[in-house]
Amino acid sequence: MNTYNQRSFFYNVDWITVFIYLALCTIGWFNIHSAVFDETHPGIFGMKTDYEKQFIWILTAIVLATIILLLDSRFFNALAPVFYGITIFLLVLVLAVGRNVGGNQAWISIGTFRLQPSEFAKYATCLLLARYLSGVNIKITEAKSFFIAAAIILVPMLLIKLQPDDGSTLVFCSLIFVLYREGLSPIFLILGAIFIVLFILSLVFKQIFVIGGVLVVAGIIIAIVRRHRRLAFTILAGMALSILFVVAVPFIYKHIIKEHQRVRIDEWLGLQSDLKKAGYNVHQSKIAIGSGKLWGKGYLKGTQTRFSFVPEQSTDFIFCTVGEEWGFAGSVVVVGLYIFLILRIIVLAERQRSPFSRIYGYGVACVIFFHFFINIGLTIGAVPVIGIPLPFISYGGSSLWSFTFLLFTLVKLDSNRMGVVSG
Amino acid sequence: MNSFFERRYVIQTFFIVMALALLGRLYYIQMVDNQYSVSAKDNVVKKVIDFPSRGTILDRRGVILVQNEPIYDIMVVPREVKAFDTAKFCSLIGIDKEGFYKRWVKALAYSRSLPSPFEKQIPERLYASFQEHLFEFPGFTPLLRKVRTYPDSIAAQFLGYTDEVTDLDIKKSHGYYQKGDYIGRTGVERAYEDSLRGQRGIRNLLVDSRGVTKGHYLNGLYDTSAVPGKILQSSIDSRIQKLGERLMANKVGSIVAIEPSTGEILAFVSSPTYDPNLLTGRDRGNNVAQLSVNPYDPFFIRPIQARYPPGSSFKPLSALIALQEGMITPQTTYFCAGGYQAGNHFVACTHHHGVTDLRLGIAGSCNTYFCNVFDKLMNQNGAQNTRTNFIDWRQKVLKFGFGSKLDVDLPNEVRGNVPSAEFYDKIFNGTRWRSSTFISDAIGQGELLATPLQMANIECIIANHGYFYRPHLIKSIGGKDVIRQEYKIKNDVGIEQLYFEPVIDGMQEVVEHGTAAASQISGIVMCGKTGTVQRNNAKNHSVFVAFAPRVNPRIAIAVVVENSGQGADWAAPIASYIVEKYLRDTLTSRPSGKTPQWIMQQNLLPALKVLSPAAKAAMAKADSVKKIKANSVKSKKGLKSASRKGEKIPQQLTAIQPKRNEHL
Repeated sequence: MNTYNQRSFFYNVDWITVFIYLALCTIGWFNIHSAVFDETHPGIFGMKTDYEKQFIWILTAIVLATIILLLDSRFFNALAPVFYGITIFLLVLVLAVGRNVGGNQAWISIGTFRLQPSEFAKYATCLLLARYLSGVNIKITEAKSFFIAAAIILVPMLLIKLQPDDGSTLVFCSLIFVLYREGLSPIFLILGAIFIVLFILSLVFKQIFVIGGVLVVAGIIIAIVRRHRRLAFTILAGMALSILFVVAVPFIYKHIIKEHQRVRIDEWLGLQSDLKKAGYNVHQSKIAIGSGKLWGKGYLKGTQTRFSFVPEQSTDFIFCTVGEEWGFAGSVVVVGLYIFLILRIIVLAERQRSPFSRIYGYGVACVIFFHFFINIGLTIGAVPVIGIPLPFISYGGSSLWSFTFLLFTLVKLDSNRMGVVSG
Repeated sequence: MNSFFERRYVIQTFFIVMALALLGRLYYIQMVDNQYSVSAKDNVVKKVIDFPSRGTILDRRGVILVQNEPIYDIMVVPREVKAFDTAKFCSLIGIDKEGFYKRWVKALAYSRSLPSPFEKQIPERLYASFQEHLFEFPGFTPLLRKVRTYPDSIAAQFLGYTDEVTDLDIKKSHGYYQKGDYIGRTGVERAYEDSLRGQRGIRNLLVDSRGVTKGHYLNGLYDTSAVPGKILQSSIDSRIQKLGERLMANKVGSIVAIEPSTGEILAFVSSPTYDPNLLTGRDRGNNVAQLSVNPYDPFFIRPIQARYPPGSSFKPLSALIALQEGMITPQTTYFCAGGYQAGNHFVACTHHHGVTDLRLGIAGSCNTYFCNVFDKLMNQNGAQNTRTNFIDWRQKVLKFGFGSKLDVDLPNEVRGNVPSAEFYDKIFNGTRWRSSTFISDAIGQGELLATPLQMANIECIIANHGYFYRPHLIKSIGGKDVIRQEYKIKNDVGIEQLYFEPVIDGMQEVVEHGTAAASQISGIVMCGKTGTVQRNNAKNHSVFVAFAPRVNPRIAIAVVVENSGQGADWAAPIASYIVEKYLRDTLTSRPSGKTPQWIMQQNLLPALKVLSPAAKAAMAKADSVKKIKANSVKSKKGLKSASRKGEKIPQQLTAIQPKRNEHL
């Protein structure tokens, strides 16, 4: 099998994935170009405007991708703990010496170069999680394994939360699907879903109705499954827990969730609305996307994004440019590319013989999916505003590089799937 | 090894469902809900209005009466302002330091990044010095605007003034006017507002989130350009207008001159007047405040709003009606022994004219003669027919344009008054009243009231031998002769042409040997009639009406000088100078020796009593014209009209009042 490898470094590379990657990077560049286009500075080579810089980022990302493909696939498994260690070190370091940008202590400056360790933390965490779970005799259903796996996820998560970069923190939650795929009881997912739903319901409706609703639903389910004693008791316990949670929601909302987040959630749920302040971004973003109609206004013709009505338009709100200039058609293409990429990644993951590669693949899928869903969702008001970039499209070197690492490591592992069983 | 394989489907399904949810939401926002497209347009398209310059107004010879002068608003964008020498800045634009900070705070409150006016209406001469230093004051930019200016400072009441629109104007215009627009408030500015204002242009500009212009919406597809207002050529002759205003300086009264062959008004003097330039520019507020408390009320448009008994100037008309009725011939004579006994009431005459015919009756302004004529007219077919005869007489008077608006092209004209039969029915409790009781109508006193415009119009009728064109002030609009059709219609007054000659003979005699002989113009045959409106306990109003020359008359004129004396003393010389100026463009001496300079220097303003508020209110009522008790049957009517005028004044001022409050 090694002979294949020697024939070409690019042998067995999944070109479909690479193609989608390049397509998204290209779409990203054009939209950044449109979002910050400046007539007086039309060039694309230089380091002045965002699109000039992004051009450099894309080129370097492709170089990085090539280097990753050239590395030995065992390298990733072997060095996972090292990566993880470095990342944790940087995350601690950034809290001490980091640069504060937009309220987040997330950047380490080295000369003019700025590094965002939290972006790389996702990569390192996926690697280490894959390595740990692919170990011999590791069963997620066992408490010890579960806790270690959870710790691998929670440590960087907490460090990032201290920055406090809520968006990146939440990204780690998506890794629960990885655990689920590897055997975690679905009860965790179900409970998670129930809590999210209950949380929203208790904010929107009066507490007493929500509790009543929980009682009714639980009562019906218990009545159906009453013959299965154990299940009925579990549900009863779940119901009690739910009611407790519902009672606690106002407290959590008031004391644990921070003011600016509370305002964003209120805006999202329509509990309050101030289109000039907290609601401004999403409102303008919806105007930009909504005014795109079916075919959009055309490249460089979006008025809302080009005339800076939408803030953060080359980073978190880059999808506005897609929606406004390329319309619903463009939106469908972009969403389609993402979902195709994510499903493709799952296909790649599932065809791996090595558990490490598979688990890692799921990690990649989950992280990309979370970014994709939350980012596009927030621009159209479908989810509360959580500032995270759109993979491959949003402006930013750290983001593009870390996603390139994330994706091409999988491509590398996949190209080598017939080779040695690593780990 | 690969246990839980089936869970991939759960995860894949979850991902797909979530992605579809996003697409569903996108579909709704982009394809179904239209509000975002509307909001997007509202966001970026800013309508900018290009203001057209208001039409210029010329006199009949093309001399500019009103034009637009550039002024500058100094705009400020607080964000772009850098430290500068405020003391220098203040002295350059003529404000104090305190005023500077007040304006600065106001500008900041408006916007940091949008321009707002810092100081408005800086005249060009002040701006010129400011401009040299403009570069020292970053953030301040000039904005060119236009204001009305009046090079000769004449014809204020005729031209009228413009004013910022009120909320009511905006509402009434169905969206044409917008806040900050100017609208003609009085005079020609108001009457010809539609032609003068021009057409606004609209530019649809693209702006970014800070309001900075980025280009034209749809490359200017919906943009329209401004069309300037049309040029109005008025019928005024600025030479005689100017002379008239100077002659009337420090006097209360009017001069109206009309070209008989067209009805074009040549002079329209209302005195006291004001400099129309006071109502533009920076000090407008203060000026308006001062003018509106002026006890002589310069905003009162006397030529069309003041009503006077025509006095003896009515006599030619009286004679014409009698001639037409066949009551008299030019040769009919009456004996004047110094007065006329009407029942228990004696109408005095100024002289013992002796045997008086029509010519002498007019030339000597003989009350006895005209009372007799009127008495005969009212008693034809017996005294019991007085009422019928009066109604018939009244109809004839009305045809001369008395008692109704002449529909001059200026707003707020009043009607004057010709008493009706019903009016006397009321006064005398029945229909059995006799000529002796209202004999004062014969000599233009009593209940008869006419505006100076109506008096001048009578002269046109006499000059034309029986017809008139409605008096009007505008010759052409936008270079085209597009005055209203009604101004081209001959209005016949129903008196045969042949009856005019004897009356005109009398009027020529007035100027040559009669009451106005002292105002004769050598070389010009002027036909006129003096009038002296008698008032109780006050000086008389001096009235003179005339036309000239006798053959092919070119000017008809009425002059009223309130509170001055005999018609021959003031009105006649003033009229003679206006006529001479118009016909010959020079001024010669008069037999009376009254030179124009001497007249200009005389102050005939009625004395003001105590300036307590109560007295001021009384003043409004007591305005000269009103107390016509002499020879009048009852003074009620006179007082009534006085109170009506009292109402008129506040109405005049309302238009300016809010402005004043704003500036105080």
